[in-house]
Amino acid sequence: MSELSKIAPKHTIAVLVDNEPGVLARVVGLFSGRGYNIESLTVAEVDAGRDRSRINIVTSGNEMIIDQIRAQLERLIPVCRVVDLTEDGPSVERELALVKVVAQGENRIEALRVADIFRARAVDSTLNSFVFEVTGDSGKINAFIDLMQPLGLAEISRTGVVAIARGADAM
Amino acid sequence: MSGTERNGDTATLSGAEILIRALTDQGVEVIFGYPGGAVLPIYDALFAQNSIRHILVRQEGGAVHAAEGYARATGKPGVVLVTSGPGATNAVTGLTDAMMDSIPIVCLTGQVASHLIGNDAFQEADTIGITRPCTKHNYLVQDTDEMGRIVHEAFYVATNGRPGPVVIDLPKDICVNQGRYEKPDLANLRHKTYRPPTVGKAESVAAAVEMMARAKRPIFYTGGGLINSGPEACARLQELVRLTGFPITNTLMGLGAYPASDERFLGMLGMHGTYEANNAMHDCDVMICLGARFDDRITGRLDAFSPSSKKIHVDVDPSSINKNIRVDLPIIGDVGRVLEQMLACWKDGGYTPDEAALRDWWTTIQKWRSRDCLAFTQGPDIIKPQYAVQRLYELTKDLDTYITTEVGQHQMWAAQFYKFEKPNRWMTSGGLGTMGYGLPAAVGVQIAHPNSLVVDISGEASFMMNVQELSTAMQYKLPLKIFILNNRWMGMVRQWQQLMHGSRFSETYSEALPDFVKLAECFGATGMVIEQPSELDASIRKMLDTDGLVIADVRVAQEENCFPMVPSGAAHNEMILGDDGAAERPKVTGEGMALV
Ligand SMILES: Cc1ncc(C[n+]2csc(CCOP(=O)(O)OP(=O)(O)O)c2C)c(N)n1
Ligand SMILES: [Mg+2]
Repeated sequence: MSELSKIAPKHTIAVLVDNEPGVLARVVGLFSGRGYNIESLTVAEVDAGRDRSRINIVTSGNEMIIDQIRAQLERLIPVCRVVDLTEDGPSVERELALVKVVAQGENRIEALRVADIFRARAVDSTLNSFVFEVTGDSGKINAFIDLMQPLGLAEISRTGVVAIARGADAM
Repeated sequence: MSGTERNGDTATLSGAEILIRALTDQGVEVIFGYPGGAVLPIYDALFAQNSIRHILVRQEGGAVHAAEGYARATGKPGVVLVTSGPGATNAVTGLTDAMMDSIPIVCLTGQVASHLIGNDAFQEADTIGITRPCTKHNYLVQDTDEMGRIVHEAFYVATNGRPGPVVIDLPKDICVNQGRYEKPDLANLRHKTYRPPTVGKAESVAAAVEMMARAKRPIFYTGGGLINSGPEACARLQELVRLTGFPITNTLMGLGAYPASDERFLGMLGMHGTYEANNAMHDCDVMICLGARFDDRITGRLDAFSPSSKKIHVDVDPSSINKNIRVDLPIIGDVGRVLEQMLACWKDGGYTPDEAALRDWWTTIQKWRSRDCLAFTQGPDIIKPQYAVQRLYELTKDLDTYITTEVGQHQMWAAQFYKFEKPNRWMTSGGLGTMGYGLPAAVGVQIAHPNSLVVDISGEASFMMNVQELSTAMQYKLPLKIFILNNRWMGMVRQWQQLMHGSRFSETYSEALPDFVKLAECFGATGMVIEQPSELDASIRKMLDTDGLVIADVRVAQEENCFPMVPSGAAHNEMILGDDGAAERPKVTGEGMALV
C-alpha cells in the first residue's frame, strides 16, 4: 500500500465490461501502469446473455486521482460503464472470508463463541481446526480476523469487496 | 459491429484474402511493412492484387513512423504490416509514439499459429501483452470468420474519438484457414459499446462563450486535437480568432492549425516557446484550451501555471480533463464540432469582445513581443542553426512543402523558425520525443504526396537512428531533402548538461560521424556540405533543384543553445532568454533536477 492510500479516501468503483479475452489485464494494467492503488478487486460474469462481466475495485486517491481513474477506465474500449459507488450515493458493500483457525481446548470454544457473534458459519471442522465462513463489510471481516488472531488464526482467504448501489436504479 | 449489409458475397476466402478485402473496403491504398514467416500468407494475398501498394521499409520501426507521417500528412489512418516476434517488438516504439501523439494507425502483426501460442515457439512474442499499454486497443483474431469484423472495428477505433494506434495480431493458421466475409455498411458502422463524444454540451458552450465575451486578458491555447479534428476545425478556429480578436498560441503538436504569419499568433508556447506566448499564458484571465492537454512541456511548474485565469478546456478525451491542471469549464467533444457550436453561439448571441480591455492586453503583449526573444546574431563565419532554418523557410515557404523533424535542438529551432500556415504540413514526434522519427516519417509523407517537397530537418545524431530508411527512400525514388543541422553533438542533451550538470559532457559528442556526402552517394543519392553563411542560400537552392534524394550536411555552430527555455521545475514567467546573461546559470531547483 502506498503512502498516499493511507491518507486518501477509499473509493469503490464498479466497472461493467465486455467479457472479452484480456479485459481484466487491461484494467489491472491501467492501474499498475499509472501508479494507482488497488486495495481489492473482484470480477465475475454477471450477464451471460450480453457477455458482460462486472469488476469491483476498491482504490484510493484524492478527488483528482479518482476522477482520472474513472476517466481512464472509461477510455478502455471494452468498458461499458463505470460507477463510483462511493461518490454516487449510498451503496451496500460485502465481502466473504474463509478463515482457518487451528485451536484446541478453551481457544477452540472461544473461537466458536466469537463465530456465533459474527454469524460466521463453520464450513469445515476437524478435531483441532475450523474453517469459518464470514460475510459482511470489510470492517466486520477485519474485526473477526483480529479476534481470531490470538485464538489460533492460521490462514485467510478473502474475496475482496463486491458492492452495489442502494435503491431501484440499476447500473 | 452492427450495420452489416447482406450483399450475398459470402463465398469462403482465406483469412489473408479476407484481410486484404477488408483493407480494400476501408479504402486503404498503402501499407508500410516488412515480411517474415508468420505473415507469408498475407504477403501471398498482397502479391495477388493490385489495389493496395506495399512499401517495403528497412526496419519495422521505420514502417510505423512512415505510417505516422502518412497519417499526419493526409488525415487518413496509416497501415502497417509486420511479422511476429521481432517484427512486432520492433514496432513498439512507433506504436508508443502514435499513442502519445494520437495518430490513427492500424498495425497488423503476424503471430505464430494458434495452437503454438504460449509455447515459446519460434518468433513468438506476447504481442497483445506487450502492446496493450501502447495501443488504444488491440485484437487477437481467433476465428477466420471474425477477421472482417475485427478489421473494420479496428479502423473505427483507430480513427474515431481521440485517434490512436490499434494492433491486430494475426495467428498464421487464421490467415490460412477459410472463412466468410461480408462487406459491412461502413457509413453506419458503430461499435458495440464504444461511443466517442461528438458535440459539446450546449450549456457548457454557452457558458464558455459568456466567459470569452467578458474576458479582459484572454488567450487561445490550441493543440494537436485541432489537426486531428481536420482542416474544417482549423478554419473554424481562424474564424473564431478573427471574430474575437484574441491572441492565440499553439503547442508543438498544433503548429499549422493557425497561420503563423497572422498578427494574432504569438508563436509556440511551452519549454521552448516564445516569451510573449508564455507570458500571455501566465498572465491571462481566461484561457481557452482547444485540443491540447496541459502537458508538462507546456505547463512548467504546475502550482505556478497561469495562476489567475479561468480555464476552459475542450477535449474529445475526458481523461485529459483535470489530469494535470484543474479547469473551470470542461467541454467534452470533438473540437471541430465544439468550435462550430461556439461560433454559432457567439454570432447568434450577438456577443462582442471587451474591446477596451483587449486593447490594453495587446499593448502588454506587444511589449513582450518587442523583447524579440528569438533574436540571434549571424556572424560571417559559422552558420547559426536558427539562420539555417530561417533561410530554409524563406526559400521553401512558397512551395508545396511538408516538414518532418527528428528530436533535439534542431526540432525546436524548426518549430520556432519555420512558420506553418496550414495544418498537416508539420510532422514531429511530440509526446514521446523519438529520435529517428523524421526520416521514416518523411518517407510516409512523400509516398502520400509524391509531387510535393518533403524536408526532414534533422540532427546528425538522430539521423543515424533510422538511417537504414534511406534505402527505402531510394527504392521508391523519393526525392526527400534531408537537412541535417550538424552540430557534432547530441545538442539538446549537451545543452542540459551545460545548464544543469556543470558542463560535464558525458557521452554526448557525436564521435566517428560518417562522411554524409559519401553516405548519400553509397545509397545512390546526392550529398552536399554547407559550411559558409554566405553560401547557405545558394546551397539550399541547389538542394531544392537537385533531382532525387539529397542529404545536406549543414555544419552549424556547435555550442549554440536553444532559447527561450523554461527550465524543468520553473514557471512560465521564469523563462531564460538567450541573450540576458542568465542563460548560462539558470536557477534549477532540487526538484527540477529530477524532472526530464
Ligand atoms: C530514441 C531516443 N533516444 C534518446 C533520446 C534523448 N535525446 C533527446 S535529444 C537527443 C540528442 C539529439 O541529437 P541530434 O539529433 O544531433 O540533435 P540536436 O539536439 O543536436 O539538434 C537525445 C539523445 C531521444 N529523444 N530519443
Ligand atoms: Mg546534433
